[in-house]
Amino acid sequence: MMSLSIPYRQLILLTVCIATGCTQDQSNVERGVRDKELYVGIGTEPAALDPHLTTGLTEFNVMASLLEGLTTLDTETMEIRPGVAASWDISEDGKVYTFYLDPAARWSNSDAVTSNDFLFSFERILTPELGAPYAYMLYSMRGAKAFNRGENRDFSSVGVSAPDASTLVIELESPTPYFLSLLTHNTWWPVHPPTILKHGAMTDRISKWTRAENYVGNGPFKLEHWSLNHSIVVEKNPYYRENTAVKLNKVHFLPINADSEERAFRANQLHMTSSVPIHRLDWYRDHQPENLRIFNALGVYYYILNTTKPPLDDPRVRKALAYSINREALTEHVLKAGEQPAYHFTPPNTGGYTAQVRLPYDPEQARKLLAEAGFPGGEGFPEFELLFNTSEAHHTIAVAIQQMWKRELGVNVRLHNQEWKVYLSTREAMGFDIVRAAWFGDYNDPYTFLSLGESDNGNNHSGWVKPEYDQLLEQSTVTAEPETRRDIFQQAEEILLDEMPIIPIYFYVSSKLVDQSVRGWHPNILGYQLYQSISLGDGSEGEVSDF
Amino acid sequence: MSVFILRRLLQVIPTLWVIATLTFVLMKLTPGGPFDDEKPVSPEVKALIEAHYGLDQPVYIQYIRFLWQRLQGDFGPSYKYIGWDVDEIIAQSFPVSLELGLYALVIALVLGIPIGVLAALNQDQPSDTLLMGLAMTGICLPAFVLAPLLIIVFSFQLGWVNPFGWFHAGDRVLPALTLGLLYAAYVARLARSGMIEVMREDYIRTARAKGLRERTIVFRHALRTALNPVVSYLGPAIAGLISGSFVVETIFFIPGLGSFFVNSAFNRDATMIMGTVLFYAVLIIFFNLLVDILQMWMNPRTRHG
Repeated sequence: MMSLSIPYRQLILLTVCIATGCTQDQSNVERGVRDKELYVGIGTEPAALDPHLTTGLTEFNVMASLLEGLTTLDTETMEIRPGVAASWDISEDGKVYTFYLDPAARWSNSDAVTSNDFLFSFERILTPELGAPYAYMLYSMRGAKAFNRGENRDFSSVGVSAPDASTLVIELESPTPYFLSLLTHNTWWPVHPPTILKHGAMTDRISKWTRAENYVGNGPFKLEHWSLNHSIVVEKNPYYRENTAVKLNKVHFLPINADSEERAFRANQLHMTSSVPIHRLDWYRDHQPENLRIFNALGVYYYILNTTKPPLDDPRVRKALAYSINREALTEHVLKAGEQPAYHFTPPNTGGYTAQVRLPYDPEQARKLLAEAGFPGGEGFPEFELLFNTSEAHHTIAVAIQQMWKRELGVNVRLHNQEWKVYLSTREAMGFDIVRAAWFGDYNDPYTFLSLGESDNGNNHSGWVKPEYDQLLEQSTVTAEPETRRDIFQQAEEILLDEMPIIPIYFYVSSKLVDQSVRGWHPNILGYQLYQSISLGDGSEGEVSDF
Repeated sequence: MSVFILRRLLQVIPTLWVIATLTFVLMKLTPGGPFDDEKPVSPEVKALIEAHYGLDQPVYIQYIRFLWQRLQGDFGPSYKYIGWDVDEIIAQSFPVSLELGLYALVIALVLGIPIGVLAALNQDQPSDTLLMGLAMTGICLPAFVLAPLLIIVFSFQLGWVNPFGWFHAGDRVLPALTLGLLYAAYVARLARSGMIEVMREDYIRTARAKGLRERTIVFRHALRTALNPVVSYLGPAIAGLISGSFVVETIFFIPGLGSFFVNSAFNRDATMIMGTVLFYAVLIIFFNLLVDILQMWMNPRTRHG
């Protein structure tokens, strides 16, 4: 068929042309080291870059390059460091904080950062009309809760004032020992008032101020480019207060999903990934252990029991279910990324607190408890449903636990999965028997975990109410003495495990791939990343960041 | 012809209305909302957020307002990506999908048509079996299998191109191939069957009897009619190609429309769902119309249909 040779010739030509025209001479990693530009995968597209409207860690980690709060966190030691506030005084009763702002603190348009900017920002996030999902992070400030709930519309009733442009005074409801670490959260960060007001009213959710051409921040970098699902590029902010300490010229944030991210890393296109796909962990363990970083995360995976439904309204039944789960088998044979079995609810060493109480793995006792509750050998126990959001990982865990309950207790459980948003609304409406859940701490203090058991907490989906527990948690907020507070948490955790409205299963770990050229990056339980401390080297300097 | 086009254009209005209404109803029936999250917000805050988007109004008012806004070409703000309007997102991502789709289309046609014609002219011979076997493999091989294979060979083994992204010219190659090969396989099968049918027609026999060269018969006489099935397939195919492929965009990390189309449903991003659905609908309608016109021009028999 000689007549067809023409299209074929064209085809070959096209192929050759495409193949040769596109050969990359340098990878992002090499180019990045040369130009001091970091390429980092962030997993998903941030929902927004407005610090008062976001809730996620992805958003936090991008915004941490653009904005800075009163304090910052040393990512290595988790110690509080000065941020916009160069120093501060704390009153004797621990309820009044006076911050002295760093005179060098500037916005990326060269305006000075003033205490009034903070007043404006706190008012903005607390004004109910903005609908800030995380406004409650500021509730430790006197009057903030009432103002945010619309009970008091006068912002001057909130315990924050600016005696002069560089002094900020914050009064608290009660001494909050972790207050300085709260300030590192994005809800406490300032926004640039003229920029906000130029693009709408103070409380406009839908505003274009976060676009690259409009964004004014006070962080180590400024927003250069943002296109959705493609990249966010930030460049060094010349007006940053510690501008000379910033070693990178640019950071490229790429919202790539885990699988593609791993391929990109393998092809030297990323310095860091946001996670590692589970099925690739073993390969990296065997072939590139130096690039694989696995570290503890401040998160717990657990099941919520609907305590309003018989027989789950009986604590003995709940405990029987909890005691018959072999967590070590789960973490070692099912999860395999280095997760820790959870024998209590609050992750170990959260703000210096580790629960002393441990729930046992004791099938014998579990059977005894179930028999006491009237179901010897699981006889007469109604079949119930275990709900989780659709995912291979949750399914595998559910199957394993289903087997354990069947084997140890003779109890039958039906597995049911729902698409993410459907699952959330079912959970919210308590339309389940048992449901899978996870919680990541917003700050490094046991309160962020244990408050989930409070009867009026919006995230307590178990229907469990225990006034004694509520009182303890309330007490923890007015106690300043760290030792006494830890005792209170110990008591609360004991009650929680004795009543067992939730079944802790395992504590999360985070995994990341980090190229050898990355210096000054430190893993930490909150997953916080600060880019001003990161630099890139070609491997000749010999400095290696800590594991 | 112009009456036909006008009539078809008028049909667009009720079609779009039905699509918009159906999507609206389905969205209202779906459990879960755009502002539900792992860490749920308090009911009061949720109500305030919903008020921002007019979701506190009765459903019929929402519906009327929604139709009115769309009539004015206002697609509203995205619920998920705060501060971004749906038309902005489409304007940003559609050109990417369009570019990728066009490359894929070129690959599909340049590969598919010659393979199909070649196979037809060698009907039932080993080369036919081989080519159609290849096409069948192409059809059966989903993008999520083909793409990693291409990545392994061209990125990791040969090191010619990036395994991901939409940054350099070379980043276009693998996604275009993945998407193009799949469509090339369909085109090849359609071209083959069209060609086989046409080659049996009387007028081809007449042409042969006149002593025309085989080459002239194939290119001058047979091909135009033989490609009819390909052309009618191209209408929806082009709409599909240029509106983006979720799988290919996800694997290669391409900022096209396809991932927004799919993810908006997961996010319950109602304005985004509506925007992408209507946009896709308009594309399909437009290309189907274009195909009909093209077919009329290509085939005198349908010219008065």
